[in-house]
Amino acid sequence: MTESKAVPLPSPAQPDRWAHLRRHTDARIALGHAGSGLPTAAHLAFQAAHAQARDAVHTPLDAAALLAALAERGWPAVAVTSAATDRAAYLKRPDLGRQLSEESQRRLSEPVRAPDVVLVIGDGLSGTAVQANAVAVLDVLIPTLQAAGLRVGPVVVAEQARVALGDPVGALLQARASVVLIGERPGLSAADSLGLYLTWEPRPGRVDSERNCISNVRVGGLAPAAAAAQAAALLGAMFAQQRSGIRLDSPAPAAPPELPGAGAP
Amino acid sequence: MAFAHTLAGTRYQFPDLKTLLARAAPPRSGDALAGLIAASAAERVAAQMALADLPLRHFLTEAVVPYEADEVTRLIVDGHDGAAFAPVAHLTVGGFRDWLLSEAADAAALTALAPGLTPEMVAAVSKIMRLQDLIAVAAKARVVTRFRNTIGLPGRLSTRLQPNHPVDDPRGIAASVLDGLMYGSGDAVIGINPATDSVEAMTALLEMLEELRLRTGAPIQSCVLAHVTTALRAMERGAPVDLVFQSIAGTEAANRAFGVSLALLDEAWEAGRALNRGTVGDNLMYFETGQGSELSSGAHEGVDQQTVEARCYAVARRYRPLLVNTVVGFIGPEYLYDGKQITRAGLEDHFCAKLLGLPMGCDVCYTNHAEADQDDMDALLTLLGVAGCTFIMGVPGADDIMLNYQSTSFHDALYVRQLLGRRPAPEFEAWQQAAGIADSTGRLRFDPAASSLLPALPLPEEQP
Repeated sequence: MTESKAVPLPSPAQPDRWAHLRRHTDARIALGHAGSGLPTAAHLAFQAAHAQARDAVHTPLDAAALLAALAERGWPAVAVTSAATDRAAYLKRPDLGRQLSEESQRRLSEPVRAPDVVLVIGDGLSGTAVQANAVAVLDVLIPTLQAAGLRVGPVVVAEQARVALGDPVGALLQARASVVLIGERPGLSAADSLGLYLTWEPRPGRVDSERNCISNVRVGGLAPAAAAAQAAALLGAMFAQQRSGIRLDSPAPAAPPELPGAGAP
Repeated sequence: MAFAHTLAGTRYQFPDLKTLLARAAPPRSGDALAGLIAASAAERVAAQMALADLPLRHFLTEAVVPYEADEVTRLIVDGHDGAAFAPVAHLTVGGFRDWLLSEAADAAALTALAPGLTPEMVAAVSKIMRLQDLIAVAAKARVVTRFRNTIGLPGRLSTRLQPNHPVDDPRGIAASVLDGLMYGSGDAVIGINPATDSVEAMTALLEMLEELRLRTGAPIQSCVLAHVTTALRAMERGAPVDLVFQSIAGTEAANRAFGVSLALLDEAWEAGRALNRGTVGDNLMYFETGQGSELSSGAHEGVDQQTVEARCYAVARRYRPLLVNTVVGFIGPEYLYDGKQITRAGLEDHFCAKLLGLPMGCDVCYTNHAEADQDDMDALLTLLGVAGCTFIMGVPGADDIMLNYQSTSFHDALYVRQLLGRRPAPEFEAWQQAAGIADSTGRLRFDPAASSLLPALPLPEEQP
């Protein structure tokens, strides 16, 4: 057996000579190469990003912590679940994530004074995003709406929720508008993006073009307070025009080109 | 027509052809979501056995979507070439599988047969094939297309360079283009998914790629994957449009959801050809497909997702496209749940498209809510490489920061090319040496300063 000498050797991976171009894009350029493969560091950096995204999809929503945070602020809240009984069912059956469980339907059928706006916090595809950003949005949004004279209904905390779960919730509470705060599908660059979906007269059967969306709400993206201000402005336009979605005249940014599957949780 | 098969004492019945096809389909979440999946593994095999006994001729008499109600069905039926079909006209679906695996089905025989096959026939035979069958037969098919270079020659594997950026920043896109070209990608197309679908955004990006092409003499084609109506307006305004792109579906109603019809595609094809920008050929359409898009727009018409995907290829072949690719894992786990389902779907789509005569590539990809990871992509990439896939995507580090999904990287393309001895399109390969990207032996130099690329891209001059 030969004894190896402790001489420092250059890495067998080849760096790329255009690393300075990385300042123009977040794309994974100039990674270098080991043979035709990725150098170890770049390979493991990718694995780490994917792991965070996977964990964000599969981390259950900590509803108890959310309810406690809402109670601390004196905001009434109610916990519900969709008809999807677990994460696998949720991922395979988007239709179940858009319906309330029978128990939750009963819970929301108790008589309440119909609110102007119902706020729904749903886990969507990233519980991480909800845990990190939802309450921070409400901290600004709820006082803003109340100052504008709007009646804000109970905050509904929904597990295994899709965006359209806000429709049966809004219908049962007879809300005039809904705001669904929901975890967006995690990408490798951000696993904690929250989306806000606003719907005038939320009722089952509403389609995506009848909603307005504010996306990429996170630290490093659109700040929660700024998202709340945008949401309040959109709600103002909705109450003035009695509609939402593509027919709403508002300064909302244009939607990206449509791609199947690209979309919302 | 109703079908039945008895397996182990149980009689399974299927009221019509589309139900038989759906029950025979290997399992996938989208067919379960649509309520079309076989109720048991035994029912699935019974359906496969009934399907294997079905004469291929039957497909010429029973449509899965009514002729009167669907222009894709009319395209399939009216465009069927009876003379081309003759060599297999006497076979059942099972007999057709055996014939495809036989030595009689060589490249020339498959090319001659393509106009005689319907999407439903090839979907049917794929349902009774294992992965090795899908690979072995597809590997025999030859489909060659040309615009400024030649795609699909034996021993070649092309790549789409996909330099997307979340806000279409020209420098950000240029940096990814340089990265990809240094790694040998881009011979199929440099294709950008725009963040904003507008004539202005499309034109600005096309002009940047046109500048690169003209200043380096690259035999490449560019594409901005905006809606076909945007491309039409861009062409009217004189933008340098090489390839005309559109996502397509397998039913008239699903195409309507995409905002297209055959008439609109005809118009776009005509407009593209009128520009006469190809140098070695005039194949200029670029289509994307993917199982599940019809169901996602509620327009699958009760047809299983793999059969209705194959119907997209009838639409595609009308336009003699340069490139078609199935974006197989993009749509999410409610249609293809995990790596196993994505792998099978990618190989099915590649097989069916090749039998119908299309230059089929595959976006080997997944989203973070699917049960899939890089290992699954490596497996599918390798299998598709062996199957003779026409092209794959090249995305920096496999991470598309605009569309938020994972595809194949420039490194992945190098891996499969080196492993299988595949090379880029010949014109592109020669240009790589002329432009200083590769040395005289064809080896990549990984040195932008030794190439002619830097002055041709909107990147500020600076020392590394």
